[in-house]
Amino acid sequence: MEAFNIFIKSAFIDNMIFAYFLGMCSFLAVSKKVSTAFGLGGAVIFVLGITVPINWLLQEYVLKEGALSWLGASFETIDLSFLTFIMFIAVIASMVQLVEMIIEKVSPALYGSLGIFLPLIAVNCAILGASLFMIQRDYTIIEATSYGLGSGVGWFLAIVALAAIREKLKYSNVPGGLRGLGITMLLTGLMGIAFKSFIGIAL
Amino acid sequence: MSTETLEQTIVKEPAEPLLSKRRKKFITDPLNEDNPVTVQVLGICSALAITIKMEPTLVMSIAVVFVIVFANLIISLIRDLIPGRVRIIVQLAIVATLVTLVSEVLKAYMFDMYKVLGAFVGLIITNCIVMGRLEAFAMANKPYDSILDGLGSGFGYAWIILTVAFFRELFGSGSIFDFKVFEAIGWTSYQTNGLMVDSIGAFMVLGILIWVQRTKTGYVEH
Repeated sequence: MEAFNIFIKSAFIDNMIFAYFLGMCSFLAVSKKVSTAFGLGGAVIFVLGITVPINWLLQEYVLKEGALSWLGASFETIDLSFLTFIMFIAVIASMVQLVEMIIEKVSPALYGSLGIFLPLIAVNCAILGASLFMIQRDYTIIEATSYGLGSGVGWFLAIVALAAIREKLKYSNVPGGLRGLGITMLLTGLMGIAFKSFIGIAL
Repeated sequence: MSTETLEQTIVKEPAEPLLSKRRKKFITDPLNEDNPVTVQVLGICSALAITIKMEPTLVMSIAVVFVIVFANLIISLIRDLIPGRVRIIVQLAIVATLVTLVSEVLKAYMFDMYKVLGAFVGLIITNCIVMGRLEAFAMANKPYDSILDGLGSGFGYAWIILTVAFFRELFGSGSIFDFKVFEAIGWTSYQTNGLMVDSIGAFMVLGILIWVQRTKTGYVEH
């Protein structure tokens, strides 16, 4: 039950975009068309759903203080947490490479339309951020997986919704300096207020 | 057979001055016309997340300038040795190491700031400005020019986030660098604006700042 709660919470209330501002760069850049936003959002859900549990395993059995005690009693005092950033980013980069290869095989059209943004998922703050938050919150592995998937779904919802609005916005007369990035910022802010309505929900 | 040898005087071109016009542009362009945040749309995540108060924002700007400059320098020095297929991984490894360094230093000497910044210290690795400058500049330019470009982009980013933090802290908490401004001028009944501290305030302030900055430079997105 707790895992399901975490899923809902991370998708709507602790939304990666609206609550934590993570993954903004690709969120702003790929939200011009709903179809590409859909594809990228799906890829992000997939990458998050895999990297968060793998990083949890790394943290639990290799990195944190005393984690290496399964190797032998003499390893109990080793604290490898300073390697966290390097190891996590290595896992993420490899997973993204995998996703890239899968998408290229399954849907070359999507691969073409995503272009450079597919490998850029590796440096999407939301991916690394989810893993770093997961450590801070001391989840079990099931909760961590549910958190990863939930964050991915939240990000997906945000980018597809914004793409839908921006597609309609193409036909309006936005002032020059506000066009593109400026109006998107204001839009995202308003969407953020809307997502705040989920705060009172208790499951 | 001619026994004359042509003496060729080799004219050595004078070395480019340290701050030539071309080099000055590396520092001044990102400050306004080519600002990494408002024009290139990079580094937005941290511009919104840590700008609630000015002190963490200042620490973050110094950290980011440090990482950009040294990452640019190191990558520029080894740019001819990196094989094409693994260049993203090499760049990530170097940036991750630099950020680990910054994180450990902050943990040791500025623990309260480290707690306030939280996961966002680690997220400097995924700050698009860092990776963006490495790919766009350091991979193809000399070390000294890369340092200058790093400084320019870092300062361009810094002034934007400090401005956002200024407005958010002033209206959201009634203070600047934790100095209670409104109380000091006698307006003790100032109610802090919760929206400014919140995400909506961040988006609005940044959106309006982008509007103002782009109108002044005349940049229109298509």
